[in-house]
Order: sequence, then structure tokens, then C-alpha cells
Amino acid sequence: MKLVESSLKPLSTSMFNVEHIRTDFPILKLKIDGKPLVYLDNAASSQMPQPVIDRMVKYQTMQHANINRAVHYLSETATTEYEESRRRLKRFINASEDREVIFTSGTTDAINLVAHGYGRKFIGSGDEIILTTLEHHSNIVPWQMLAEENGAKIRVVPINDTGELLIEKYKQLFNKHTKFVGVTHVSNALGTVNPIKQMIEFAHARGVPVLVDGAQAAPHMKIDVQDLDCDFYTFSGHKLCGPTGIGILYGKAALLERMQPFKGGGDMIASVTFEKTTYNTIPHKFEAGTPPIAAAIGFSAAIDYLSAINMSMIAAYERDLINYATEQMRHMPGIRIIGDATEKVAVLSFAIDGVHPHDIGTLLNQEGIAVRTGHHCAQPVMQHFKVPATTRASFAFYNSMNEVDALISGIQKVQKIFS
Amino acid sequence: MNTKSLYQEVILDHNRNPRNYGSLDNANRSAEGHNPLCGDHLNIKLNLSRGYISDIVFQGESCAICKASASMMTANVKGKTQADAETLIQEFREMAIGKLEPDGNHHLGRLTVFSGIRDLPTRVKCAILPWHTLHAALNSVATISTEDDDDPMHVSIGNA
Ligand SMILES: Cc1ncc(COP(=O)(O)O)c(C=O)c1O
Repeated sequence: MKLVESSLKPLSTSMFNVEHIRTDFPILKLKIDGKPLVYLDNAASSQMPQPVIDRMVKYQTMQHANINRAVHYLSETATTEYEESRRRLKRFINASEDREVIFTSGTTDAINLVAHGYGRKFIGSGDEIILTTLEHHSNIVPWQMLAEENGAKIRVVPINDTGELLIEKYKQLFNKHTKFVGVTHVSNALGTVNPIKQMIEFAHARGVPVLVDGAQAAPHMKIDVQDLDCDFYTFSGHKLCGPTGIGILYGKAALLERMQPFKGGGDMIASVTFEKTTYNTIPHKFEAGTPPIAAAIGFSAAIDYLSAINMSMIAAYERDLINYATEQMRHMPGIRIIGDATEKVAVLSFAIDGVHPHDIGTLLNQEGIAVRTGHHCAQPVMQHFKVPATTRASFAFYNSMNEVDALISGIQKVQKIFS
Repeated sequence: MNTKSLYQEVILDHNRNPRNYGSLDNANRSAEGHNPLCGDHLNIKLNLSRGYISDIVFQGESCAICKASASMMTANVKGKTQADAETLIQEFREMAIGKLEPDGNHHLGRLTVFSGIRDLPTRVKCAILPWHTLHAALNSVATISTEDDDDPMHVSIGNA
């Protein structure tokens, strides 16, 4: 599939049958206040297609028992399906081994795992952790908690006014105290795609491991952790058409093995006496207690669904969507697009002159249009652009060009009401 | 849902041309109100003499609902006794959370243009913040936040 560069309803759009895809998503048939739902809050959470719902129903009706515990049929089936899900996720991100994929409750949980399991063991007083202005709070707060506890320092990569990281500044932040880098692959507030491969290479040349928060990247592009050579990569199922309560942490086996466990309990141990506990091998060392089995299976069904459509097709189609939306918004008077990076995914943050984002959100909702208004859990980004909040339309491959048009006319209505 | 009737001309007008907007030199009561969830904040200054609110102003950055609510509030409580203002605060709050019927028995008058807010739980705090801040000023509390645990109204508003 060739990427088409021109912006207005180009060729790739017609090759990608969005109307057909939409029929897989029962929720898209909803009416809000009599208006068809226009769901543009995909960066917060995406919707679930019927095959994923069906897969979870099948598990729950025919395959459920606890895993890794009993010899009976259902327990074995559930264990097999759970481990098969891990294998599919491994393939989805091209990890080299199954045991490098740890199921977590989501991205937040995964980052906390690394801050605890790696951070508490290998980062100490006076050591420095590099983060960026574009981070979601979930890739800030766990590190701040660590720093507060052990006296480590946090250094922050600044951004420019298009919402791109200043890579020269990033490079200058490194010194002999630098022990860790945490960077988001894609900014949730602005859609900026960061040059993480280059950033990882630079950090590795200085012996510094890198965690990539992929929560906003994995839904939109093919991820290859071996090609990126990242040390940790994480994302959440609910942003990839899967269920909530599940995500993965990818980590290089050598690192995961050296880390301390995060949570203690069943399944994460090899043996327990009151004198001493020996921990299980990875990935089980990091999966204490009964995991969300149905969610893990739903998650893998979701990535199967996305893979069947093809991640490159999704990326190409979404590029058409964002180009079309941006092109229209750019020419509207009184609209300011916030975040205009050269490389970005289908996220459009904007401001309307003289109208508070919350009023925009409420009025668009009246048109059936779901957008997010607020600081998007990325207050440092808001501070850079000197706004308390923005309105964010975030697209998925099941959004249509007609929905972009609905957004545009919704915005015009808001402007008219406030004129 | 009743959003259409919420963004009606009265509210849009008070948002565009807020009444009693600005500063007050001889204020003897004031309070700051914040909604950390959306960054909205406003400041209320008033003069309370012999039990009457003789003058009141507000200033701040907020959404249209909050600003119009503040504007109409100041217009309504100016010249009233503290006790009457407290009654309005109570009634407005109850209307916003759906506990008071706009066409029932109350003293809110045109403030019932805000009654549609009860169908928008995420916006209730926007409408209540000014009232909330007025309550704090009258009771000599310097700052309040919609998210404080000891906020006098937070408990009953819950997570609205
Ligand atoms: C960039 C980024 N990181 C982390 C998260 C947190 O994900 P979760 O809430 O699924 O743990 C989000 C979700 O909004 C996000 O956008």
C-alpha cells in the first residue's frame, strides 16, 4: 500500500472501506440526544468491535477458570488461552521472547512497575531521570514519587511551539548522573510523534536504559520493539479496541530478570516459607495474583482484529483523516490548532477564540460529538502553551470523513452561539 | 438533556457583558474559588455592613456557565441581607443538583435559567463555584476549591 501525500480525500481513503469497518462496532450506531454519535475521544479510550466482544463472551461462557493452578480441563484451557494471548502480543510488537511480555492492568501500572522494580533498585540519590514536557502524568508522577523517596533528580526535555521535543536540549541533559530516560512515543495532548529511535540510540551510547510510553502510539502504527531497541515499552488494551484493566509491559529479558518484583502474592513465587521466598521466573515474577484473564484474551483478540485490517493501512487512512481535518480547521477564523508537529498521529487539539473548552465540549455533545476537553493529564504541555485546557478531537480508523465534516460544522455552531 | 436551554441568551449575555465585574477598594470580605479540574478560578470581593451586602464584585477566568452564574449571582445578592444571600446559595445549589424544582417554591427568580445544569453532572461545579465562593467570603474563608475535602459544600455535591 502506497502512502498518498495529498490531503483532501485521496486515493488511500477509497481503498479502505471505513463504512464496512464501522459495521463491526455496535456502539457506533448509538444516537445521542437524537443525533448520530460522532466518537472523537479515541485517545482516551477506543471502542470495541463485535469480534472482540464475542471472544470475551466465548471465554466467559466456555473457557473460564483460574490459570496456573489446577489440572482440570477449564484451568488448562484458560491457562493456554492466556499464554496464547501473551504470544500474540509478543508477535504484535515483534518482541523476541514470550517472557518479555508482562501483563499489567494498563500503561500506568506498567510504568509504576518499572519505577518500582527497576527504579528502586538501580536509581539512587543524586541520580538523574530524564523525562519530557510531553509526558502524560502517568509517566511523571511514578518517577516523582521515586525521586521524593530516594533523592533522585528529574530533568525535563523542553518543547518548541509546534509541540516537538528539542532534541539538542535532550542531548545536553545527559551527564554522568543520568540513569534513566522515560519518553512518550506519541503525545496524548498534541499527537506529536517523538523521534524515539534516535533518542534511544543516543541514551544507549551512554549506557542509559529507556522506557517508552506507547499508550498513544500502539493504536496508530506498527510497533517493533527490536527495531526500536527500547528497554521497556508499554501500552493499554482499552486504547486498541480492547477491554479496560489490561495492558502490557515489554521489557528486555536481561533487565526484567535483574529487577525486583513490584507486587507480592500468588503466582509470582517459586517457593514460600516464613524464612524465605524465592521468586518465580519472568514474566510470572511480575504477575502477582489472579490476572484479568478475560481482559488479556480480549486484548489479544483486539490486536488480531487490528492486524487483520493491517496497521500500515490504519496509519495511512488516519493520516488522510488528520490531514483533511487539519486542512479545514486551519482555514477557519478564530481557531487555533495547538500542536502542529511535522510528525503526528490523528489527534487535533484546538482552541476557539473567546470560548472556554468546557463550553465547546458541552455544545458539541449536543450535536452528538464526543471530544475531550481539559488538560488531558498533561499539564506541563498546557503550561507551555499557556492555556488551562484544550479541546481535543482524537480519531480512530473507524472514523469517517463525514465525521470530520460533522466536527467542523459543530465548531461553526459553537462559534455562532458565542458570536 | 436540556443543554439547548442552558446556553440561552440570558446566560450568553451575562458571559459577554458580566455585571459587577472588577475590583472593589473598600471590600471587607473576599474569597478565591478554584476548580482545579478545569483551571477555572474566580475572586469575589464584597462589602458587608450591618448585615447587608452593600456592594459585591467578581473577577476571574472561567467558562461561560461559571461567569454567567457569577454575574447573575452578584446582581441578585447586591443589597440583600447576608441571611437572604445564604438562602439563595442553598436554593441555587439544590437546583443545580436536581433537588429543587425550578417551578416550585423558591426565591431564585431568573436564576432558574441554570436549572438545565442538573442534566450535565460534569458542569454542575462550573455553575456552583461562584455561589460556593460567596458562601466562603460571607463566612470569612479565604480560599475554597471544588476538590477540597473540607469544602463546606463538597460533601453534599459529591462527585457531580
Ligand atoms: C500517553 C499516555 N500514557 C499513559 C496513559 C495512561 O494509560 P492508562 O490510563 O490506560 O493506564 C495514557 C492514557 O490516557 C496516555 O495517553
